[in-house]
Amino acid sequence: MLLKRWAQGLAVCLLAVAMLGAGDSGARFSRIGHQMVCACGCGQILLECNHVSCPSSGPMIDELHAQLASGSSDTMIFNAFAAKYGATVLAAPIRGGFDNVAWIAPFTVFLLATLGTGTLIYFWKRRSLMNPPPASATGLSSADNEAMRERIRRETEY
Amino acid sequence: MQLHPMPQFGSFMLLLGLALSVYTLLAGAFALWRFKTTNADDGSGRLGETARRAGIASFIALTGAAFALVWAAFTNDYSVSYILHHTNRALNPAYKFAALWSGQEGSLLLWAWLLTAYGFVLRLRHRVDVRLSAFASTILAGITVFFLLLLNFAAPPFAIQPGPLAADGFGLNPLLQYPEMVMHPPLLYLGYVGFSVPFAFALGALMMRYPGEKWIHITRRWTMVTWLFLTLGIFMGAHWAYSVLGWGGYWGWDPVENASLMPWLTGTAFLHSVMMQEKRGMMKSWNVWLIFSTFMLTILGTLLTRSGIVSSVHAFAQSDIGNWFYGFIIIVFAICLFTFFKQKDHLKSENKLESLVSRESSFLFNNLVLLAACFTVLWGTLFPILSEYVQGSKVTMGAPFYNRVNIPVGLFLLFLTGIGPLLAWRSTSLRSLRRNFILPSIAMAVAFVGLIIAGVRPWSAGDAMEATIFSLITFSLAAGVITAIAAEFLRGAFVVRTQTHKNLFASTVLLVRRNTRRYGGYLVHFGIVVLFIGIAGGAFNQSHEQEMGYGDSVTMGPYKLVCQSFTQESKPNYDTEYALLDVYRYGKKITQLAPEKRFYLASQTSSTMVALHSTLASDLYVIYEGKNPETDRPIIKVFLNPLMNWIWIGVAIVVFGTLLALVPSLTKNPRTRASLEPPLAETEVHHVA
Repeated sequence: MLLKRWAQGLAVCLLAVAMLGAGDSGARFSRIGHQMVCACGCGQILLECNHVSCPSSGPMIDELHAQLASGSSDTMIFNAFAAKYGATVLAAPIRGGFDNVAWIAPFTVFLLATLGTGTLIYFWKRRSLMNPPPASATGLSSADNEAMRERIRRETEY
Repeated sequence: MQLHPMPQFGSFMLLLGLALSVYTLLAGAFALWRFKTTNADDGSGRLGETARRAGIASFIALTGAAFALVWAAFTNDYSVSYILHHTNRALNPAYKFAALWSGQEGSLLLWAWLLTAYGFVLRLRHRVDVRLSAFASTILAGITVFFLLLLNFAAPPFAIQPGPLAADGFGLNPLLQYPEMVMHPPLLYLGYVGFSVPFAFALGALMMRYPGEKWIHITRRWTMVTWLFLTLGIFMGAHWAYSVLGWGGYWGWDPVENASLMPWLTGTAFLHSVMMQEKRGMMKSWNVWLIFSTFMLTILGTLLTRSGIVSSVHAFAQSDIGNWFYGFIIIVFAICLFTFFKQKDHLKSENKLESLVSRESSFLFNNLVLLAACFTVLWGTLFPILSEYVQGSKVTMGAPFYNRVNIPVGLFLLFLTGIGPLLAWRSTSLRSLRRNFILPSIAMAVAFVGLIIAGVRPWSAGDAMEATIFSLITFSLAAGVITAIAAEFLRGAFVVRTQTHKNLFASTVLLVRRNTRRYGGYLVHFGIVVLFIGIAGGAFNQSHEQEMGYGDSVTMGPYKLVCQSFTQESKPNYDTEYALLDVYRYGKKITQLAPEKRFYLASQTSSTMVALHSTLASDLYVIYEGKNPETDRPIIKVFLNPLMNWIWIGVAIVVFGTLLALVPSLTKNPRTRASLEPPLAETEVHHVA
C-alpha cells in the first residue's frame, strides 16, 4: 500500500516536472523558433537571425505567432513550415520516417561500440588470467631484473 | 604580349616543386625497394640521399611560389586572377598577406608549402632513424605530388586574368578582414597538414616492418605539436565566429567546422591509445588505423570544404576539384588497406588486461567516446546527402541534433578525463581507488548541492530544463575532476617537499619538471574541464533586441546600456555605421561600447563588428544590426553570455599543458635516473603498499 502511494507520488512529481512550462506560450514560441532555421540562406536559427531587413525571418516569425495563436500542435507547425519552405527549414530531422534514422544511428553505433569494448575487455581479461605474469621479481637474473625495472618505469611514468 | 615576371616566377616554382617532389617519390621509392630486395647498399643509399635533398629543395621551390603570390598581393598585381578576386588597393597590408589563404588556389598553395615545410624538418632530422625517415619522406613526397598536381593543373594560383588590366581588385571577403583571420587558417592548416607526418611515419613503419615502438617515440612530438596547432586553429576559428558573425555563438556545427573537429577527435584518441602501445605493446592495429583515419579525415575535411557536396556558410572556397580529392582518398585508403593486410602479422599485439579498473580500460573507453563523437559529427555532416538520396529531399542537421546527441557523450568524456589519470596501469587496488576518489566524490556532491542552493534548479528552469540539467551535471563533474587533478599535484608535491625540504610551490615546480609529460597531461585535462565549464555556461545565455534612439536604455542582467549617439563615417576601405552605448553596472558607468556595421566598398558587402565587454563571469555582447528604415534609428541586439571567457582560458591552459608536456623532463638521462631510484625490491614494496 505504502509502495503504491510512493509510486503514485513519484508519477505525479514526474508529470509535474514534464509539464513545467508547457502552458507558457513565450517559452513554446522560443522552443519552436529555436528548432527552425531562417530560410534566407544564412543558416542561422530562426530566432537568432540577425539580419536587418531579412526577407525571411520576419515573415516566418509572424507566421509562427499565427500558428501558435491558432492552437496548432508542435507537429502541425513543423509540418506546415516544412511544406512551405522545404524540409531544410527544420534545424534537425524531426519529420519521422527516414528522419528517425538520423537519431537512431549514433546511439546504435555507440551502444554496439560499448558492447564491443566490453566484450574486448572480457576476452583480454580472460587471456590475462590464462597467462598470469610472474608472481614476484625475486630470484630473477640481473638482465631480467633490469627488464623488470624498465617495465615498471614505463608503466608508472604516465 | 605582356610579360608578368612574378606570376611567371611563381608558376615556374610550382612546376619545379612538382618535378622535385616526383623525383623524391620515385627515387626514394626505388632506393628503398633496391635496399629491401638486395639488402645491401649498392648505390641505393646515394640515390636515397638525392631523393632526400630533392625533397628539401621542393620546400625552397614552394617558398618561392608562396613568396611570389604574397608579392603579387602587396604590389597589387591584378594581372593575376587570384589577386584581382581576393584583394584591393585599400586593403590593410596584414590582410593582403592573409590573401594567401583567402581563396581556393591560395589555400591549396599554403597547404602544399606547409607540407614541404614539415618535410623539410623531417628530412633535416633524418639521422633520428635514417631508414624510417626515408620511408616517411617518400610517403610525404607522394602527398606533396598530389597537391602540386592540383596547383599546376586544376587550381593554378598564378592564372592570368584575361582582358585589360583592372584598376582595382574586388577585395577580400569582409568576414575575413579580422585580426584572427590572419592566424586562424594557417594554424588550422598547420594542424591538418601536420597529421601527414605521423601518418607517413606509421605507414612507413608498417611498410618496413619496423621493429619495436621507437617510431611512436619519434612521432610523439610531431603528433602533439600538430594536435596543438589544430586545437589552436579550431578555437581561434570559434573566437572569430563569436567576434565577427554576430549571432552570439561560437560554434554553429557547420560542415566545415565539423571537418576540423573530426580529425581533432581521432587525433586525440590516437594520442591516448598510442600510450597503450608504448607502455604495454597493445592496440597496434588500432593505433595504425587511428592515425590512418585521422589523415584521411583531414583530406575528407578538405573535400567537404572545396567540393560543395554539403551546404556550408564557408562558401568562399568551393569548386569542382572535389573529384581530385575523391580519387586521392580512394588511393590513400587502398594503399593503407593493402599495406595493413600485407603486414598484418607484424602488428600482432599482446592484448591482455589484468583488471577492468585500470588505465588501459579507461583508455579503451576514452577511445570509444571520442570515436563515437567523431562518428556523430561525420554522420550529421553526411546525413543530408543520404537523406537526399533516400527521400529526395535534403534536411538540416543543426545545433539541436548535435547538442542532443553529443552532450551525453561529452559528459562521459568529462567523467573519463577525471578518473582516467587516477587509475594505475594493469590494476588499481581498492585502497588506491578509495584514496584517489573520496575527495573528488565529496567535491562533486558539494558542488551539486551548492549549485542547487545557488539557484541552478532544472525543475524551475521551464523551457531550459534539459540544458540546466546538463549544466548542473557538468559543473558537478568539473568540481570532482578539478579536485582530483589538484589532489594529484598536491600529493606529489608533498612527497617532493619531504624529500627536498623546499616550500610547496618550489616542490610543485620540481615535481612538474621531473615528469613534464605526466603533469603537462594533467594540465591539459584541467584546461578541458575549464573549457567544459565555459560551454555549460551557454545554458544561461540571455538576449534582447531593441531599437535605440538618443538616451534610450536597455537592461540585461546587472548591466544597463544607454544610447549616447549613433552616426556614420567613411573610411578608405569601407563605410561604417555605429552607436555609442554607455554601460552601467549597478548604477556606475564602467565602459562605453561601440557596436558597428561596416559596408565594404570593393566587395559591396556588409559585416558586423561586435562590441564586447568581457569579464570572468559573463560577456556583454552587443551587435549593431542596422537601422530601422522607417524610424532611422539603430536596432541593437544585446546578449549576456555567462562564463564565455572560461572557454578561451581553458584553451590557453590546454596550450600551456601541451607545451609543458613537450619539454623534456629533468631526469632524462637513464643513468642519472637509475642512480636516483631505490632498489627494485623497494620500488615493488611501494607499489604493493
